[in-house]
Order: sequence, then structure tokens, then C-alpha cells
Amino acid sequence: MIRPTSNDDKTRTGISVKRITAWRRRPWAGYAVVLAALAAIAGLYAGFSPKTDRAEAAGTADAQADLANGRQLFNQNCASCHGLNAEGTKDAKGKPIAPSLLGVGAASVDFQVSTGRMPAMNPGAQMPRKRPIPVFDTEIKTDYSEPEKREAAEKQKAQAEKNIHDLSGYIAQLGGGPSIPTADQVDPTKGDVALGGKLFRTNCAQCHNFTGQGGALTGGKYAPELSKSDVTPTQMYEAMLTGPQAMPVFNDSTLTPKDKQAVIAYLVQTREEPNAGGNGLGRIGPVSEGLVGWLVGVGLMVAAAMWITAKKPKKLKKLKNS
Amino acid sequence: MSDATAPKAVAGPLNFLDDRLGSTNFFQRNVKKVFPDHWSFMLGEIALYSFVILLLTGTFLTLWFHPSMEEVVYNGSYTKLKGVQMSEAYSSALHISFDVRGGLLMRQIHHWAAVLFMASILAHMLRVFFTGAYRKPRELNWLIGINMFILGMLEGLFGYSLPDDLLSGTGLRITQGVAESIPLVGTYIYMFLFGGEFPAGQYGDLIPRLYAIHILLIPGVILGLVTAHMMIMWHQKHTAMPSKNQSNEQVYGYPFYPVFMAKTGAYFLFTFGVLALLGAFAQINPIWLFGPYDPGAISSGSQPDWYMGVLEGALRLMPGQGTEWVIWGHTISLNVLIPATVPLGIVFGGAMAWPFIEQWVTGDKRRHDINDRPRNAPVRTAIGMAAVTFYGLLWLAGANDVLADKFHVSLFGTTWFFRFAIFIGPVVAYIVTKRICLGLQRKDAAVAGHGVEAGIIVMAPDGGFSERHEPAREDEMIKILSKEKARAEAPAVDANGIPAPSQKGPMGHLRSRLQRAMTFDDIPIEEHGEGHGEGHGHGDEKAVGSGSGKQLGH
Repeated sequence: MIRPTSNDDKTRTGISVKRITAWRRRPWAGYAVVLAALAAIAGLYAGFSPKTDRAEAAGTADAQADLANGRQLFNQNCASCHGLNAEGTKDAKGKPIAPSLLGVGAASVDFQVSTGRMPAMNPGAQMPRKRPIPVFDTEIKTDYSEPEKREAAEKQKAQAEKNIHDLSGYIAQLGGGPSIPTADQVDPTKGDVALGGKLFRTNCAQCHNFTGQGGALTGGKYAPELSKSDVTPTQMYEAMLTGPQAMPVFNDSTLTPKDKQAVIAYLVQTREEPNAGGNGLGRIGPVSEGLVGWLVGVGLMVAAAMWITAKKPKKLKKLKNS
Repeated sequence: MSDATAPKAVAGPLNFLDDRLGSTNFFQRNVKKVFPDHWSFMLGEIALYSFVILLLTGTFLTLWFHPSMEEVVYNGSYTKLKGVQMSEAYSSALHISFDVRGGLLMRQIHHWAAVLFMASILAHMLRVFFTGAYRKPRELNWLIGINMFILGMLEGLFGYSLPDDLLSGTGLRITQGVAESIPLVGTYIYMFLFGGEFPAGQYGDLIPRLYAIHILLIPGVILGLVTAHMMIMWHQKHTAMPSKNQSNEQVYGYPFYPVFMAKTGAYFLFTFGVLALLGAFAQINPIWLFGPYDPGAISSGSQPDWYMGVLEGALRLMPGQGTEWVIWGHTISLNVLIPATVPLGIVFGGAMAWPFIEQWVTGDKRRHDINDRPRNAPVRTAIGMAAVTFYGLLWLAGANDVLADKFHVSLFGTTWFFRFAIFIGPVVAYIVTKRICLGLQRKDAAVAGHGVEAGIIVMAPDGGFSERHEPAREDEMIKILSKEKARAEAPAVDANGIPAPSQKGPMGHLRSRLQRAMTFDDIPIEEHGEGHGEGHGHGDEKAVGSGSGKQLGH
């Protein structure tokens, strides 16, 4: 079984979300989370350490995903394209509509669903990142001042997290595949930034640009922006691990978990780094600089020239000079 | 100082100098030099002053920059690159940016000044072209100006290559490719320039070579050309827009001292101010974000500075299929050679040849000190706009991946669009511009012939309404009437029936045809003629359309 490592796993099955929320406020909750995280890291580390090309499922789940809920969510939201058994579907000419999900792993499901790419709305060259549908929306606002509203929002958020977890668990048990990285694996403060920069420039910048601003690809595809704060370290890790859409897979022998963490550290530090030289002009290089040079530079100079030549000295007259 | 008109404040210093150098006459004559007033005449000065600022900030940067490709491990204050192997050039550029007081500001002002230098040269060049200010006797200055722009491109390329960051290394890689694509001698030129294999050359000579060229050779040549440009301009006197009191013989405007000196001095300060503002508030060339050069790495959206964008665009549009030939064991890379030489060759070669082509076609060898209004030279203006369109489209194509990304259009779609647009766009621009010019001329002809609409509606005794026309203001009329009549076509045969030498042979025929094409739709603008203006213009077109161009001269 695949299991994610978020801190409220243990008490999930069969317990109402209200109680989870209540438990999270207990004095011992913090210690429990740390313990659970440590256990999960140990378990996942055991899963990563074998020399496999793909990060295989770490079957050390100590709390199981609610597979019934996962199955139900799958049937409601995914099966119409991916097929009732997640085997993928084809149109009448045999052209694939949606790929098989057997073996894609929990990491892939978590990435696609938490970024809102799945369930897809319009089939196109590439599924855009968007606000997830309400059942999977973990980014909802919870900082309401009214307690009832806040509680309701937190409840909804917890349910969304559980839903993604259940769905990932359901897909993972169908065919295995890479699991969701632990919070420790994706912790940007623990990565080697200098190494990350080197790896990023060699492997990622060619599509995502040197500061992760994204870029155009062929066939209407594109490399998305990584510089916005809603791209979480977990999603970066999962993207490298599973290679969604046009992205290649960077498995654990191409980029070791340590390398992946370094890349995450580089990206997070780069996007949080203030621009030393003033306004960053979109951090896309000379195109925006040229635009500013012409519009602002030449523009201001022309305005100054018009102003200066419009000024007429009071006493002196114009002269003729042959 | 006996000269009563010499300004008092100059008299003292002039006396001092005259006692020692005997230069009074020179100074006296020249401080009173008259400069005409028009905002567009200041564009060239932006370039001059940016160049001064480039020299100043560049000197500052040389004090800390190490032009060396020696491998070092960075240990400066930019933590994200700590422990990374890089060249000393890159490391010292980081040092300037983060550890030298004011270093980043100087670097940014230097780079912005380069951007503004090139932009203002181009803007100045367009002004000179569209007003016909390159005409005799100023062709030499026109040529010098174009050469300065080309040198500026090289200077910029070598300059932004010096920090040895990822982006500049990418540019050098393309430079290598372009050098190698030159038939026969390409490999030799590449090896000679780089001192061995890319990226560093055998002894790491590349960066030191670029450095010497960038800080010594090209600036020296540009400085010499700037001096020549200014002295020729001073000697020939500035052109002027058509206005009252202005004639071909005399420049009308303010004297250099004190008015123009104050204005141009203020303009220098404006240039410095704008560049300081940009340098302080707009980040340019953030080499620390690019990272050190690594031949195995590349970033999406790798573009050169704007003035190289047109070459980048040409390279991006060139189809690779079937354009690389192997002849007798030699590879001829037309896929690099053509985009690197042909488009800019057309634009700059055409620009250099144009004054002489125009003289040859029109037969106009007179001196011109008064500028044309662009509408009054429709063919020139239209050709200029066609060139602007061609250049502009290639320039945009250089940013095609950024355009595709930011505007959510297909990348290949932009490539194919530009592949067609660079051929169709200039033709459309030519036709549209020429029509607009002729339309504006017709409007001028109407104003000259009938006056301007006064906005006063008059009712005639019989009940009809009409709008009163009033003569245009004097300065408006001077502007409108500044249009010269199209020069009559030279007769094909002289009085004795002998073919005129200039009309003979295939070149002579070509010349007559071109002249006819340039002038057949000329619209005469006259002050008191009856029936002039629109109706007359059309009449002329028809008459010429039937093959006779004689009545064009009026």
C-alpha cells in the first residue's frame, strides 16, 4: 500500500473529520506528528534505498487509505476518461483519449490532482494548472474570523486532503508506482543549493528558463512557471519523479532524491530571492530589457528632448548663420 | 576682444587662449555656431552622451574585472553559487555585483547605456533617413553612422560575453557557429578568434581577447568615428526642418553659446539621469541568476541584447532542412551563413547604398540643407518603412519563444507566421506607407490651393450652405510649400536626336524606369492655382499612366 505522510493519516479511517480537527489541537498532537513523520521517513527511506530505476511503492503503510472512498472518487471524477478499471480509453480510431493509470503511482495522482490538472476540463495539447475541483481543493481559504466558517473551511480542506490521499491510494494499489515524497525529502532548506543550480541549468532550464519562468514548447505545449509560490516542493518532487505531460521522467538513478531536493532548494531559494538590481523585469532576460530600454529609456529621452527644444530663451533671439 | 557680439563671459578665456594659441578666430567663429531647434535633432546626442557614460562606467568596471578563464571556486557573498566552479571572469563579475560598493549600479548603468546607445543610434538613423538628411553633402556622415552601429553591435556582443555567464556563453557558441559557417576560411577564422576550441581556446585566450577588443580596439575606433562624425557635422552645419527664415544657404536657430550649450549640457544630464534611474530600478543582465557558463546547459528564452535580436530572429526562422550542403568534402552551412549575413546585409548594405541609388535615379546632385518632410518623398518613406518592417519582424522573431509563452500561441505557429511575414510584411508596408504619404500630400495640396476649413458655415443667398476656407497660417504654408516639384524626367534624346548618355543601354533604361516609378504619382502643391489639389493630382496620374511623363514638371 502506498501511504502519504501528512500528519493526520493515523486517525483517518472511519473517524469523522471533526474529530481529526479536534485532535490536531491536543497538546500531544505536535509530538505525534513528529513521531509519525519520523516513522514515515524511515519507511520511505527503506523504500528508496534499493537501487531501482523507479521509486517503487514503499509498502510500509501504517495507516491505510480509504480505498472505498478512493474508488468512489475515481468513479465519479476519473473513470469517464480513464476507464472504469483505470485501463485508459481510446476513441473509435484507436487514438488514446486518456492513458492507463496502472502503475502511475500515488505521486503522479497527487501531482495531477493537487495542481488541478486532473480532472481535466478540456482536452488540449496540455492540461493547464488550475484551481482543483472542490472535492480536491486543498488551497481553500481557512483564515476566517468567524469560528463556524473557519471550522467548516478547515473541515472541507481536511476532507479534500483525505480525498486526494484516498484516490492516490486507490490508484497505487491498482498497479504500484512511485509514492508521494515525504515532507523531509522535499524540505527546501535541506538541499544543496549550489548543486541544485547546476542540475537545474543542465536539466531543467532549457524548458523552464533559468529562473523557472517557464517557456514555450513545440506542438502548443509549454513548460509551466515554477516561480509562483503555489508550486509546492512536493509537487516539484512529484513532477521530477513522474514526468507529467511533456516533461521527461527524472527517476531516482538519473536524479537521486538528494539531487531532487537540491533542485527544489534552488528553485525555492531563487523565487524567494529579491532582485538585487531593482525590478526583475519578469526575469526572462534580454527581451524585456530591450523593451524597457526602448519604451522607458528612449521614451524618457524623447520627452526630455521635446521639453528642452520647446524652451525658448527670453532674451536671445534666433540667429542666422551661413 | 573687439568683436562687439562676442559674449562677455567668453571674452576673458578667449583672450587668455588667444595670447597663447592664437585661436581667437576659431573660437569666436564657433561659439556663435547656430543650431536649429527640433526635438528629433537630439536623438543622435543621446548616443553621444550614452557613449560618454559607457566610457566612464566601463573604466570603473575594468578596475575590478579579471579577464581570465582560469577555473576558480566561488567563495563570495552570493550564497547560491558558493562552492561552484566557474571562470575567474564570472567570479570577478559576481564580485563587482555583490562585493564592490556601487559595482552593481555601475554594471547596470553600463549595460543600460549600451542598450540606449544602440537604440538612439537607430532612432537617429531613422530620423536622418526619413527626412532625407543623408543627402548631399552628408553622405559620408551617413556611412560613418551606419558603421558605428555595426561596430556597436560587435562591441555589445563582446561586452556582454565577458562575464562568461550561461547566457553569454550561448551567444559565443552562436558566434562560433557563424564564424565556422563562412565558406573555406570559416574554421580558420573560428580558431583564430577563439585561440583554439570552444569555449576557452587552448590557453584560455578567448576572454582576454574579447576584453582587449571590447575595451580598447572597438571603443577607440568608435571614438575616432564619433569625432569625425561631429567634425563633419560641425563643418557642414546641421540640416533644418523647413521653416520661416530657414534657407539652404543659412541655418536659422540659436547660437551654440549660450543657448545650445545650455540645452545640450542639460540633455547630457538628462541622459545620465535616465540611465541612473534605469540602473537603480531596473535589473539588467542578472548574471548571478544565469549561472556560470557550462557547455552542457542552456536556458529557454536565451536571447541576445536587442540589437542582435534581428540576427537571432533570422537564425530561428531559417529552415534547417536541405540548407547544409557538403561539396567536395567541405560543409557549407547555408542554414547559418544566410541568416547571419543576408538580412542585415540587405538592411545595412541597402542603407549605405541608398543615398547613391537615389542620386543616380533622380539625377539630383544638388546640395540639400533643408530636410524633406517624409510625406514629400513617398518612395523613400515607403522603402524606409518596408525596411523597418523587415527588421522589426526579424527582431520579433528572435523573441518567438517568449512571444509564444507569454501570449499562449503555438511556437511553430510563430515561426511559420514570421517566415511568410518577413516577405509579405515589407511589401504591404511599402504600399500602405506610400498611399498614406500621397494622401497627406493631397491634403497639403488642398490646404495650399483652397486654405483650411474654418469651421464657419455660410449660407448663400440662394439657401445653399458652404464652409468657409481660410488661408493657412504662414508657418504652416511654409512647411506645406517646402515640397519640391518632382524633377522632370531627363529627355531620352537631345535636340539633335542623339540618345542622352544617361538614358542609354540597359542601365539607362532601368534608371528611367525607376525615375518614372518614383515620380509618376507626384502631387503638385501650389499656392494659388485653381483646381489644384485632389482633382489635379488624379489628372496627373492618368496622364502619366498613359505613358507620358512630360507634364509632371509644370
